[in-house]
Amino acid sequence: MSATPIRFVFRGALHQVSDVASTTTVLEWLRLQVRAMGTKEGCNEGDCGACTVVIGELDVDAPGGVSLRAINACIHLLAMLDGKALFTVEDLAAADAPLHPVQQAMVDCHGAQCGFCTPGFVMSLYSLYENRQQPPDHGEICHALAGNLCRCTGYKPIIAAALLAWQQPSQRLDRSGVHAQLQAIAQRPDLDYQAPANVGAGRVQAPATLAGLAQALDAAPKACILAGATDIGLWINKQGRHLPHLIHLDRVPELQAITQSADGALQIGAAVTHTRAWAALVAQVPALADLARRFAAPTVCNAGTLGGNVANGSPIGDAMPALLALDATLLLQQGAGTREVALADFYLGYQRSVLQPGEFLRSIHVPALPTSMSMPTSIPSAAGAAQSAGLPVQAAGLHVQVASYKVSKRADQDITAVCAAFRIELQEGRIVQARVAFGGMAATPVRARQCEAVLGGAAFTADTLRAAQQALHAELTPMSDLRASAAYRQQVAANLLARFWLEVQQTLGGAPDNDGRAVRLDQVEASA
Amino acid sequence: MNAPVTASVIGVASAHESAELHVSGRATYIDDLPEPHGTLQVALGLSSIAHGHLRVLDLSAVRAAPGVVAVLTGADIAHNRSGAIIADEPILVDDLIQFHGQPLFAVAALTRAQARAAVRLARVEVETLPAILSVAEARAAQHFVLPPVTLARGAAEAALQSAPHRLSGQLAQGGQEHFYLEGQVCLAQPREQDTLHLWCSTQHPTEMQHLVGHVLGWSAHQVSVECRRMGGAFGGKESQSAQWACIAALLAVRTGRPVKLRLDRDDDMRATGKRHPFLSQWQVGFDDHGQILGLQVELASDCGFSADLSGPVNDRALCHVDNAYFLDAVQIRSLRCKTHTVSHTAFRGFGGPQGMLVIETVLDDIARHLQLDPFDVRCRNFYAETAGAGRDTTPYGMTVEDNLAPALFAQLVQDANYRARRAAVAAFNQGGGPLRKGIALTPVKFGISFNATHYNQAGALVHVYADGTVLVSHGGTEMGQGLYTKIRQVVAHEFGLPLDKVRLSATDTTRVPNTSATAASSGTDLNGKAAQAAARKILQRLAQVAAGLCGADPAAVRFEGGRVRAQGTQTLDSGFAELTAQAYRARVQLWDSGFYATPKIHFDPVTKTGRPFFYFAYGAACTEVAIDTLTGETRVLRVDILHDAGRSLNPAIDIGQIEGGFVQGMGWLTSEQLCWRADGALATHAPSTYKIPTATDVPQAFHVQLYAHDNREDTIHRSKAVGEPPFMLALSVFSAIRAAVAAAVPGLQPIALDAPATPEAVVRALGGLERTDPDAVGRP
Ligand code: FES
Ligand code: FES
Repeated sequence: MSATPIRFVFRGALHQVSDVASTTTVLEWLRLQVRAMGTKEGCNEGDCGACTVVIGELDVDAPGGVSLRAINACIHLLAMLDGKALFTVEDLAAADAPLHPVQQAMVDCHGAQCGFCTPGFVMSLYSLYENRQQPPDHGEICHALAGNLCRCTGYKPIIAAALLAWQQPSQRLDRSGVHAQLQAIAQRPDLDYQAPANVGAGRVQAPATLAGLAQALDAAPKACILAGATDIGLWINKQGRHLPHLIHLDRVPELQAITQSADGALQIGAAVTHTRAWAALVAQVPALADLARRFAAPTVCNAGTLGGNVANGSPIGDAMPALLALDATLLLQQGAGTREVALADFYLGYQRSVLQPGEFLRSIHVPALPTSMSMPTSIPSAAGAAQSAGLPVQAAGLHVQVASYKVSKRADQDITAVCAAFRIELQEGRIVQARVAFGGMAATPVRARQCEAVLGGAAFTADTLRAAQQALHAELTPMSDLRASAAYRQQVAANLLARFWLEVQQTLGGAPDNDGRAVRLDQVEASA
Repeated sequence: MNAPVTASVIGVASAHESAELHVSGRATYIDDLPEPHGTLQVALGLSSIAHGHLRVLDLSAVRAAPGVVAVLTGADIAHNRSGAIIADEPILVDDLIQFHGQPLFAVAALTRAQARAAVRLARVEVETLPAILSVAEARAAQHFVLPPVTLARGAAEAALQSAPHRLSGQLAQGGQEHFYLEGQVCLAQPREQDTLHLWCSTQHPTEMQHLVGHVLGWSAHQVSVECRRMGGAFGGKESQSAQWACIAALLAVRTGRPVKLRLDRDDDMRATGKRHPFLSQWQVGFDDHGQILGLQVELASDCGFSADLSGPVNDRALCHVDNAYFLDAVQIRSLRCKTHTVSHTAFRGFGGPQGMLVIETVLDDIARHLQLDPFDVRCRNFYAETAGAGRDTTPYGMTVEDNLAPALFAQLVQDANYRARRAAVAAFNQGGGPLRKGIALTPVKFGISFNATHYNQAGALVHVYADGTVLVSHGGTEMGQGLYTKIRQVVAHEFGLPLDKVRLSATDTTRVPNTSATAASSGTDLNGKAAQAAARKILQRLAQVAAGLCGADPAAVRFEGGRVRAQGTQTLDSGFAELTAQAYRARVQLWDSGFYATPKIHFDPVTKTGRPFFYFAYGAACTEVAIDTLTGETRVLRVDILHDAGRSLNPAIDIGQIEGGFVQGMGWLTSEQLCWRADGALATHAPSTYKIPTATDVPQAFHVQLYAHDNREDTIHRSKAVGEPPFMLALSVFSAIRAAVAAAVPGLQPIALDAPATPEAVVRALGGLERTDPDAVGRP
């Protein structure tokens, strides 16, 4: 294999780069090489959004065959742009041209004070604008901006600007031109970028086939697997880690695929971004919508992958409790051989898993739930009598309920103190299946099996809940750190199980003194 | 010449003067400037202990690393003591390490990556000493950066003893990271004849000039400092920008090359000071109606390792414990504690928020004890609405002549529908379930002027070019607050010109010398008046010229809409540019300077009495919150604000300051938690772990109104300062959270909620960490 340059579309033309370090970030390249200074560095770790840029990519399902998504340039490697298009704030309006509608709206609404965060906000809004024909609502705007910090404005004028942008004469990107340019490099060979010696001689490979990937990893089992770089970017920028050989999963079609088998199970390829993965998961399990929204900001979800979250195995990765509760399994591959491992058996200890050198995560399998996740279609008439007797609801059919709760200091784009996921299957008032899983409560994401054992076979009463909470206390020994104390985590883990119990009662029409009352903060509104 | 304010650019909601540059990415910050050829990049080596002696600093591998051009240590610096007021801080540690993260050495290399890589090669040996890491420890050890100060009036002790009711409490308040989006940055360029020019992201170019001069052993006229705009500052670039300017300057002089020092975000958060954490104890005596009869407060602040601005910050805290309330018999003691942490510093409100949160907590506790509406208890304790008949003097002896708090309260209680909503909140809480609501309405009274009288001065330089365009320089700096925009309005108004004929030049010590920090909310008050004074001198000369052309009285010449009109023996109706061209040919001076010193103010720093403030700015906020008793998470549901910006120069900018200040204050009191590890290292040194509010945290129901009212003092167009006061509107958030907690705990026990009200703090306040009983969770 011979070395290849990094090829991408930038400022309306095809760019080839072959003189940067292999771990050069998009932000470094923009600011230090191109000296395009509109994109700012606020943190260099993916948490402020000052560096937000938009990436375009061929996508048959997207309008004009090109998808557009906002990402953080500071933790995105330039090599990851291979085959893509890059848009920065400078692309929105030429120096002598009128401002883009999102820019004009920001001016009209006084959306910038010091202005340092502003190009990042403009790019997040631009991405939202390009991805929606209809104006977004308040909640959607806030979500779209979850990765952008502003210390001056208090956000209100920026949200107003987002609403105003859609009222201005429409100005959309001509995607056909971008499409043609991307098509022209679609058939490029596998990326094998080899940085020149004067900048550190690193290598980034991006095989285009599953076999190629397996082969590359077999040949270089010590190479570091690169997916969305939302973690690797930090290793480079903040820890000064030397990563001489990266192998990027991005181009392997199997790893980018989301498929559904006949029995309804989902297979999510290891390189699927959080944005796509959570859309599929929420379609399957609507109860995960809350978690999906709070998982991380779009800029992070548009780059980071579900597979990366799983393979990294951080004890506070927010996907794992839900995946554990859903009995997810993993397909691992080494060379041509594959094996399947239950997620519950995947982790061996703090950031250690059963993955062998040269082995990689190929996909995540999420079995379908026995019944639909929506409200039970009918509550049997016996329920009323059972309620008044203070007994659990005697449902004739199977009732399945899932919830995942994330607790953190800030609602959006924060790392979990405790993340919980619960799944319960009730038949004739008895729990026939229980899954209780946590992040932030141990060295790895865990299932609380003793707690599950207490629940299994019991009626879901207050007494059962109390016993289950006691089991939780006994089996989980969380740590104290800057996010929360061990005592708080213990307490909250038990309280989240109580919330789930309340929600199950509500769904089944029990718990008369709580009927219809809000049990989550996002369900309450200001008093009239 | 006092043209009517209508039909002018005063009071118009014009856009920020850089708005189009901001949104298009063309606004230039210091890191965006084209780098002079050969610019070196700097990285810093920071201490990894909190307290101890630096025994070995072996930098041989650092010096040998690729790209390294120069290395600087404390031993290389002849004048290695610096500081805003007292020179008690080393630029780089020469012996005693006093906090984890303190800079030990600096490396200048060809690229930033090389400099940062080289830093990792240092070999450091230290001898560790015991460290004091919390204000409580420092207080117990009487470990102070400055001696304690007491502000007292009347016999507080006796009043407490004889009061029908007494309560006491303690309040811990965390600090706050500024989190300006643009980190600290300075570019230093050596120039001919031993001079140095610095582009520095700073609120205080003059202080940078002086301190850089001091470390170099140079005079002020050898150093010039320039700042066009900052990407946010909030007090964090007042004194805290000096160290980086000094290091860049030292390296630039040593290498003879341009040097840029831009701190990595994590280093910035580790090595720069923050809002002072406070630990306060109080005792209050009051009557059956909740009127305070006697109050004793101790404010212990964590100043960090050095004095920095801690003296004035704590003075302001002392002077704001009263907030809007008359305290007859009062004793407030201020302890300026020394800890082995980074030196805490100016931050929007400058000690005011910490002092005010104490009294708001006291009033809530009084109301709870008496089972009264806190709104009524607050009203009962306000200063008299008109001065002269008692209850009108602050503890530091200043008469409150302009009390707007009662009027603001009266209007906001209606606008926010407070009474009905309070009842609805109570009904919601009666209903049980895991959630509780709280609502609170709190006032702000904030003193405007620097406490230290001599800072209250400003200069400006106005150039009218012969073509009729205007360039203004002044001593204030632009950090996003809209100072340049307002000054432009002020000057354009004087000349009767449209805004686009007036430009602001970058703030530069070569244009206006001896300036004060742009701080204490006073930027527009001071520099606006100075710019106006300069403009008026020129205007007088232009009026003479115009009058001479048409035989009119100079006082009758009108400058409006870009034209000059007068009726004398002839009619004059000329374009402004035509007149300036004529004036130039007539050899008339078309540029001038202006100077302003705030009148009326005086303050005795020893007795802590006088009139430190020219006037007060007022505000009121009503906030409703919900809390989740299962997790302690909180949500702000609705905010109503009525704020006094005097006669607003620019309502859009003032409302922006109010909204932004409120949200910043809300962050301080909710999600922004600084955590230090046991070894003194800051654990929350990046936005991944330190959480300022995001868009989702701001309620959709967020109503902000200006209270239309002319400043009774002669300020620029009768406006009021608006930078800091709105920050303290957010005290209503904390008050509302406490109310929600109170609704969830049985009886009338005191609410022990620390600030910030993180989920964990709320759970603790809800009665420890033991509430697991599902029956308790489900029921009212
Ligand atoms: S610079 Fe902060 S997210 Fe990239
Ligand atoms: S405008 Fe200053 S950070 Fe947003």
